[in-house]
Amino acid sequence: MAHILAPGTTAPDFTLPVTPDQSLSLRDLRGQPVVLAFYPADWSPVCGDQMALYNEIHPEFQKYKAEVVGISVDGVWCHAAFAHDRHLHFPLLADFEPKGAVAKAYGVYREKEGVCERALFVIDEEGVIFWSYCSPIAVNPGADGILEALENLKERRQSHGQLESSRRAS
Amino acid sequence: MANLKVPVAPADHSLGEEDAQVTLVEYGDYECPHCGHAHPIVNAVRKHFGNQLRFVFRNFPLTEIHPHAEAAAEAAEFAGAQGHFWEMHDGIFENQPRLSGRLLAELAVGLGLSSDDLTAALEGHEYLSRIKSDFLGGVRSGVNGTPTFFINGVRYDGAAEFEELVEAIDEQLSGGKIKRRRAG
Repeated sequence: MAHILAPGTTAPDFTLPVTPDQSLSLRDLRGQPVVLAFYPADWSPVCGDQMALYNEIHPEFQKYKAEVVGISVDGVWCHAAFAHDRHLHFPLLADFEPKGAVAKAYGVYREKEGVCERALFVIDEEGVIFWSYCSPIAVNPGADGILEALENLKERRQSHGQLESSRRAS
Repeated sequence: MANLKVPVAPADHSLGEEDAQVTLVEYGDYECPHCGHAHPIVNAVRKHFGNQLRFVFRNFPLTEIHPHAEAAAEAAEFAGAQGHFWEMHDGIFENQPRLSGRLLAELAVGLGLSSDDLTAALEGHEYLSRIKSDFLGGVRSGVNGTPTFFINGVRYDGAAEFEELVEAIDEQLSGGKIKRRRAG
């Protein structure tokens, strides 16, 4: 079984459709933290599913200037209908053709079911994986891990900044 | 494992004794049908355990999918500020299928509260900061949908059904006994 990419690994770049006529590349998001949220499927039959939850928390993610993107193997039209229904404020990417290729590159594809794991990645400003987590498929991982990672990333940036300015001062 | 990051405090809405062996915390949304389903179950669980259990309710309104959830939470807080939190809480859940501004006003009047005051509180979002604070505390604690329960501070990932909840709480109670025996 493939293993989820670990912190310190360069996040594999990808370009995926985000709407029927637009695509998004990971490298376009360079310079800000990125949250990649892989999930099995649109339309899971619960309130407050993973995407709805991230939607509610979106303002918190924005405080860290983080860009959130959801990824599943659903197609663009399915994503469009789902995003419209749930009023989502962040993009959903279609890892649809070749199916699950990006999920495989990140080590979070479930061959048997043909869907993505519930896996989370926080990628730093330089495109390196800062934190990753794979949740049991039936358990919505929530957002506490993501927020903690974003907080730690911010602290790391600040301490680097202090180092830089003290170097310049001396 | 997700743990409750915001300890239960006097400002929380709670039922039962402070020194109860088990504290059950629910993060809920008044418009969420699963929370509506869980409401009578929680009451039955409370009855089952009596004074061994303390119950705490915190707000987790999913406002993007539930247009009335935030107003309902604000109305419950409004009633709570006047000593009627649980009556309003029960009233909203018991009438969840017809949740609306009118229902909230009706419930307030039924509790002897002024519907004008309620309207002012809702329009001025008087209690919104408390609700947001509940929500963010929940997010930090790993609330991953509604309802999310914590049993003695640990997120419960089982079904929000009577038997499953009773079993999980029983486990805590027997765990508590073992610890005390060791201590003694």
